[in-house]
Amino acid sequence: MEAWFALLVGIFFTVAVYLLLSKSIIRVLLGVAILGNAVNLLIFTGGRLTRGVPPVIPGHQDTLTGPAANALPQALILTAIVISFSFFAFLLVLAWRAYEELQTDNTDEMRVAEPKDEPAPPLGY
Amino acid sequence: MLSVFILAPFAGSLLAIFFPPDQRGATAWFAGAIALLCFLVAAGLYPFVTSGGVLRYDLAWLPELGLNFTLRMDGFAWLFTVLVTAIGVLVVLYARYYMAAEDPVPRFLALFLAFMGSMLGVVLSGNLILLAVFWELTSIVSFLLIGYWHHNAHARDGARMALTMTGTGGLCMLVGLLLMGRIVGSYDLDVVLTSGDLIRNSPLYMPVLILILLGALTKSAQFPFHFWLPHAMSAPTPVSAYLHSATMVKAGVFLLARLWPVMAGTEAWFWTVGLAGLSTLLLGAYFAIFQQDLKGLLAYSTISHLGLITVLLSLGSPLAAVAAVFHIVNHATFKASLFMAAGIIDHETGTRDMRKLGGLIRYMPGTAVLAMVASAAMAGVPLLNGFISKEMFFAEAIETHQANILDTMTPYGATLAGMFAVTYSLRFIHSVFYGKAPEDLPKVPHEPPRWMRAPIEFLVLACLVVGIIPAITIGPFLHTAVVAILGASTPQYSLAVWHGWNLPLIMSFVALAGGVGLYFLMRNYLATSIEGPPIFRLLHGQRIFERVLVTLSWKWARSLEQRLGTRRLQPQMRFLVFIAIAAAALPLLLSHYEMPPLLVRSIDPAFALLWAVGIACAIGAALLAKFHRLAALVLLGGAGLTTCLTFVWLSAPDLAVTQLLVEIVTTVLILLGLRWLPKRIEDTQESELLSLQVRFRRLRDFLLAITAGGGVALIAYTMMTRPLPETIASYFLERAYKEGGGTNVVNVILVDFRGFDTLGEIGVLAIVALTVFALLLRFRPQADSLEAPEQQRVQNAFDDDHPDRNEGDSVAEYLFVPSVIMRWMFPVIGMLAAYLFLRGHDLPGGGFAAGIAMSIGFILQYMSGGTRWVEERLRIHPLRWMSIGLLVAAATGIGSWLFGYPFLTSHAQYATLPIVGKFPLASALFFDLGVFSLVLGATVLILIALAHQSIRAPRAHARAMRSGKEAS
Repeated sequence: MEAWFALLVGIFFTVAVYLLLSKSIIRVLLGVAILGNAVNLLIFTGGRLTRGVPPVIPGHQDTLTGPAANALPQALILTAIVISFSFFAFLLVLAWRAYEELQTDNTDEMRVAEPKDEPAPPLGY
Repeated sequence: MLSVFILAPFAGSLLAIFFPPDQRGATAWFAGAIALLCFLVAAGLYPFVTSGGVLRYDLAWLPELGLNFTLRMDGFAWLFTVLVTAIGVLVVLYARYYMAAEDPVPRFLALFLAFMGSMLGVVLSGNLILLAVFWELTSIVSFLLIGYWHHNAHARDGARMALTMTGTGGLCMLVGLLLMGRIVGSYDLDVVLTSGDLIRNSPLYMPVLILILLGALTKSAQFPFHFWLPHAMSAPTPVSAYLHSATMVKAGVFLLARLWPVMAGTEAWFWTVGLAGLSTLLLGAYFAIFQQDLKGLLAYSTISHLGLITVLLSLGSPLAAVAAVFHIVNHATFKASLFMAAGIIDHETGTRDMRKLGGLIRYMPGTAVLAMVASAAMAGVPLLNGFISKEMFFAEAIETHQANILDTMTPYGATLAGMFAVTYSLRFIHSVFYGKAPEDLPKVPHEPPRWMRAPIEFLVLACLVVGIIPAITIGPFLHTAVVAILGASTPQYSLAVWHGWNLPLIMSFVALAGGVGLYFLMRNYLATSIEGPPIFRLLHGQRIFERVLVTLSWKWARSLEQRLGTRRLQPQMRFLVFIAIAAAALPLLLSHYEMPPLLVRSIDPAFALLWAVGIACAIGAALLAKFHRLAALVLLGGAGLTTCLTFVWLSAPDLAVTQLLVEIVTTVLILLGLRWLPKRIEDTQESELLSLQVRFRRLRDFLLAITAGGGVALIAYTMMTRPLPETIASYFLERAYKEGGGTNVVNVILVDFRGFDTLGEIGVLAIVALTVFALLLRFRPQADSLEAPEQQRVQNAFDDDHPDRNEGDSVAEYLFVPSVIMRWMFPVIGMLAAYLFLRGHDLPGGGFAAGIAMSIGFILQYMSGGTRWVEERLRIHPLRWMSIGLLVAAATGIGSWLFGYPFLTSHAQYATLPIVGKFPLASALFFDLGVFSLVLGATVLILIALAHQSIRAPRAHARAMRSGKEAS
């Protein structure tokens, strides 16, 4: 099962990186969304794969005895899910705003700060 | 009691800001009262520090790291405290009259008090790290003070240079102090001061010495770092009088004196400190002669006198240390009064150029007399305080401390510098107060207001009294300070004007006579010459400084950018990915990594199916991302759901709940966003005739992505096949219920064990939401995305075709049934959110999940009814919710202080509500309530900001149409 899970993570990463390398902002955006999932799954492997033992203490006990899933990566991921959501929202709005201002979603054509034919700045003065 | 010295100035500084700008007098009274209070407290503490007594004030800060807020006052610190506060009072009084009505005086005095507080902090720190902190504070505040007239380019440059120099030095010093703390094993000053042998014999002594010296020498403007001080003269004169006589530049020599017992006495110390001091002493005095600016002359003279103190400290003999401390006090008194006198001259005549000034004794005799006495003290004329410490310096210079050339040279250098000092002091007096009356001055000179002169009168009186009867006046205080540094090795010394005919006295006379002669030789040249000493004026410290800065911050940065940077995002991203792969692969290669055997064991068919779907979704999303956005989106959702189900099956119910809810919100978000993003129609030509270049680029990207993905898969697999080591997770499992009072361990970690992280995280969320809100506020989409969506157009066309229907009917009827359902869902979702929230501490759920669930409830209302419909019926104040959330979360944390526990300590118990039944009521629940409120507010704010575009757009469109019609 571990090998298959690794395959899933690997492919999520591949897809995310491929999309991130794209010129189009929207594809980058989708890449970021998948990357969020991929990273969360990768963090999840840090706690190993365990089935049917959620880290919840049964009602009549004080501590969790017996096997339980690793709660720490889960807490980290829970945070990461929310943060990546907000990051994604920010990127989306930024992309939108950039498109409206610059009339393009192609990163090569976004050239307000560095116009295309502008000479490189001098090396000294 | 000691904390008064820190609290009063900083609190006063904060209060002073709020004085209205035209209240010069009131602000000055206030600031003066603060300084006076500090002075009186210091004076009252004197009995505690005599004969080696030490006052301490400890406040635990980070005791685990040996870092405490320790204030420590011994005799030496006491002397400095008195100096800093007393001259502070006088400078405030002076500034009251000096500052013009149009200057924002409250800002000045606020900065002034902050500076006084930082300086007192440096002086009183009982901990090396604390000392470095206050040291940096003095650098920063002095930057603001020097640049007080920020409309003046010179002031800005001077301030920047001072900050760069002293800041860099401070950084070096911090490293040095850290090393020293490491050698000693403690940062506590008391411990450090008793570990002299340990430090001097440590192999790290050299680095420590050099680093600390870099800090001290830059601060005290010693050669070759002296050039920032003359440029700092663009500051208002009260600033110069305070910073560059008694405080800021004295911090460097203070540190040298403070660490003198543990660092001095070695050959390395003698050479480095001595060489820097002697060259500063000579060069400073020499340069001072050739200045045309009054304050420039004083600045170089200050540099020279600081050099003198440094030389004394370098000698390593206790007597020299006594002389150094004495000269610190003397120099502060006469130099502060001289700066103030220069300020008066500038103030009343409008110029500081000595070529223009002259004959002022006729217009301001009082000031002239005061300035003459003070500069005579500077020159070392008998019966003044400068004379006595200079005699002590000469006497020490003659002594042989180490048999080397530097020691042999010291007496000659000292006499020469003494001669120069006489020359520039004489020049100061003669060219300003005597000679021809000035012509065409900007102002008609006259005496300053009575109280503006008072501080100078006081200081000059001090010079005289100390100069005539030193043993009775300054003697006991000096002794207290010296004992604090030298302890048992305090030497016998006598403070007296007359020690009989001896070599130092002869040296003094040589210096006096030579200096006077030199001045009259050079008088005519100096009266007309340009600024700066011959030959040396070609060598600009500032020029070199700027060259270095340009090289560092411009040339090297630019060439690095040219080498590694491109003007396009894609190659840059590729570079980043490549670096990431390399960084991950390198340790694998270096550690002879062996891949674990690939075990393709039997897999649960359900998982196989799930993950196959996930993989297919991800790949499909990538393929369709370019032209079929909606499809890509659906597939993206599929990938998200796969993740969610994986969490469900692999014992992470909390994650699954949150992931599911976030997935929903994300999809809504993209759908809202996509409406406004560019449409893209497939270009058939492009897909058929892909150029070789494009194919190559895609292949390269693909390979890069495969490598990255494969690498991550490898890491994941390796990690999963290793046994899980003992981690802190078991700690959480054990204590979650006993100490956190919740059975859902993940939630307990979030709101209790790692509550502070969560507080930070919701802060981030709030910032993101506000940024999104700000990006979209008052923002109207471009005209081309304004037309109604295709579906609405079709629906309207349908209405047009049917005579029995009005336009807009179909739009209104569309999704009628779902929208009714969605409206009725609102309370249900609210219920669900409450349920998730209340059970969160014990069972999967919690503030995050509940907040997002509730926001989905709101979104559904927006989707079904439209923005206007919802906002007519519901009061939605996401900003208020967010702020309440943040406040509640923070208040919960602060609440634990009331019970004497650290921030965010939680208390747990159960409570019973009717209907709901028993539920956990930990204080963490309130924290979670804050999280809930903030997450809800942030999510709703983001979504509403996007949704509002749909109302704004038509409005903007309509306006454009209207103006178009009017134009035609």
